[in-house]
Amino acid sequence: MKNKILPIFLSVFFLISFFIFYKGLQTPNIYIPKTDIQKRIPIFEAEIFDTVNKINSEDIFKENKFYLLNIWASWCLPCRDEHSLLISLNNQKDINIIGLNYKDNYENAKKFLKELGSPYKKILLDKDGTIAIEWGAYGVPETFLIYNKKIIKKIIGPLDKNSVMEIKELIK
Amino acid sequence: MASSIGLYSLFFGLSSSFLIIFFSIRNFKNLNIFDNKIISLTFLQLLFVIISFIGLILSFVNSDFSNETVYNHSHTTKPLFYKISGTWGNHEGSLLLWLLVLTLFIFIFLITSKQQNKQYRILTLLFQQIIIIGFFIFIIKTSNPFNYIFPVPIEGLGLNPILQDPALAIHPPILYLGYVGSSIIFSSTLAATTLKYISKEWAKHIKQWVLVSWIFLTLGILLGSIWAYYELGWGGFWFWDPVENVSLMPWLALTTLLHCILVLEKRLTLTSWVVVLSISTFTLSMSGTFLVRSGILNSVHTFANDPDRGLFILIFLFSLIFLSLFIFFFFHRTQNKNINSFYWLSKETSILVNNWFMMYFLTVVLIGTIYPIFLEVISSEKISVGPPFYNKLIIPFLIPFLLAMAIGPKLNWIKSDLENKLNLILFLVISILLSAFIVSLLNINFLLNTILVSSAFYLFLITLKDFLIKKFKNLSQNIAHFGFSLLILSILFNNIFSTEIITNLKIGETFKTEKFKINFQNIEKKEEQNFVSITGKFNVENLDGDFTIMEPELRIYNQPNIVTSEADIKTNIFEDKFMTMNIVQNQEYFNIRYQTKPFMIWIWISVLIISFGGLKSLFIKKYEK
Repeated sequence: MKNKILPIFLSVFFLISFFIFYKGLQTPNIYIPKTDIQKRIPIFEAEIFDTVNKINSEDIFKENKFYLLNIWASWCLPCRDEHSLLISLNNQKDINIIGLNYKDNYENAKKFLKELGSPYKKILLDKDGTIAIEWGAYGVPETFLIYNKKIIKKIIGPLDKNSVMEIKELIK
Repeated sequence: MASSIGLYSLFFGLSSSFLIIFFSIRNFKNLNIFDNKIISLTFLQLLFVIISFIGLILSFVNSDFSNETVYNHSHTTKPLFYKISGTWGNHEGSLLLWLLVLTLFIFIFLITSKQQNKQYRILTLLFQQIIIIGFFIFIIKTSNPFNYIFPVPIEGLGLNPILQDPALAIHPPILYLGYVGSSIIFSSTLAATTLKYISKEWAKHIKQWVLVSWIFLTLGILLGSIWAYYELGWGGFWFWDPVENVSLMPWLALTTLLHCILVLEKRLTLTSWVVVLSISTFTLSMSGTFLVRSGILNSVHTFANDPDRGLFILIFLFSLIFLSLFIFFFFHRTQNKNINSFYWLSKETSILVNNWFMMYFLTVVLIGTIYPIFLEVISSEKISVGPPFYNKLIIPFLIPFLLAMAIGPKLNWIKSDLENKLNLILFLVISILLSAFIVSLLNINFLLNTILVSSAFYLFLITLKDFLIKKFKNLSQNIAHFGFSLLILSILFNNIFSTEIITNLKIGETFKTEKFKINFQNIEKKEEQNFVSITGKFNVENLDGDFTIMEPELRIYNQPNIVTSEADIKTNIFEDKFMTMNIVQNQEYFNIRYQTKPFMIWIWISVLIISFGGLKSLFIKKYEK
């Protein structure tokens, strides 16, 4: 009798694994983020950089206002490249730029901002990268333009002159 | 042209499988002697796959863009070397390579196993053919490398520049030799279990295959790691990326198997371990393929993802798992109890201890890789598992593992007593003092680091001593264990002593710290065959006056349009100096990242030493006591 328990147990175990992998395949978009625009922004809670407070996304993104969510990290070299563009955009236009500090080290991030300046109204922390997944980000840097709690434009990779022009057009 | 020949050749290859199966079954029942037709047919099948593979290589070399795979992954301006390596740098081509190795290995197996039992050889071939057919159908149905496109495009899309690297060009073939070698072990173990053929002779014969796969797998992982270090420019060599993990898991299983086979060869015990490990090594390799190619995981290794492919491998994988389970439970019987008994302080015990540690490491890696998928399906919660998880769960357990590695080989079979206890304790004291001295100079967690470094030093000193006074029982084992201690020491010191600086500089500027200064001298722009290169020249000067010129490079590729950063790495036996440069847009500044990484080269050397231990054991069969 004892000899029969193990095979049955293992078979059941592998059948369950099979089923789970099968289900996993059914939703192949698990980690492949959707690119469609006009998607509602996710609801999440995040720590604010430099404080111990947490904030809910509902309290950040108000209606009838443009927001730019920029995912960045101090270890990400293209983020440095686009930083000056963010700063100039912040100076020129009435737009709230929100930073999402992705999988970063606090000291390095602080140094980064000290060195290059901060265009951000608020910086949220995403230590383990889960918020970025909620947003459907491919990686860093990535930038989302938000209006009425909807993503109206998404830029994958660093910003350049063209994408900044486009953002300016959109928020006119 | 070459593409069509390749495609037809694939169909012929698949048909030979059925002929082989037909003749094998007939031969299995009827005749006493092995039918040579089977060997000829296996050779024919190999030939068809070779033709098909050459067809794909030729399509790449001639930049035949009517072939979809070539169009997606090649470009006319690409250097010839990378056109050829581009053949297996993509999903379709790499599967064809996998198939090539499968057919090659079973052919080699047949011609080198002539002294083995006839039925065992045929059954191994049959199991192997099941795998081969699975791959044939997988390639033809879901990943055909010879798809035709019309109208024929004028230019291809190009190979991802980060894949254009010599280490990466040979990394997949070497790794596949390791993976596929494990398929031979798998088939052979199933055959031997079914026929109750597991014996000391069988262990001796299959040990060769275990060693071959193990050496290739070790070298394959090493090459991947070297590539990550030199090409990705992140300054690390292991990231616990899911794809790295899936190559590490079969390695852990295979290493454990290697130790068990040695026991089986001498003592005819631990047979269940051997069977289970042979099955797991191959199924882990297959799961790796499933996880990477189905798009269920997210990783730096991006293959074109297609759920159909995932489904196919999933069904195939689980069919193999259930076949193995069936064979294991219906045919496998453990040996007589008398032979199994051994005293608690013996070589058998030490190998069992090794097994359990390895299984623990394997479980940690497996859970870290698979658990996020399970959690997502069950609760739609997303988590990502990173290096801290692995470091926290694995590093503390290395301490007893290293100590066991030092003492285990000193024991005898069945029953043993430790000789030279004084010596062993003396070395332990020396290691602890030495480590405490080194660690106390630094501002790090004293207790954990001292214990960790001393256990690594202990293994290092014990194996080193054995080399010097030639008191080892088994030279290959001593070499491999010595290499492992060196690997752990290098990784530890590399982590403890690394430094890093990130700054923005423009030409002519100097950056100073207490220990050194970096002077940005000039930049140079060059046009190459398929990219534009920008090289910066930096003078890094130490306080005592020695200086090094560092020349990091930026490459702007034309097809596809990607900028890659080529780190400049100056290696010597004590440390690596590592510098990367990046453009800061619309500014005259360049972003500079400068790192010093001590003992980097010793990480590579120690892995080479470890595989050399295996190589020596493969060629020099004499095994002392």
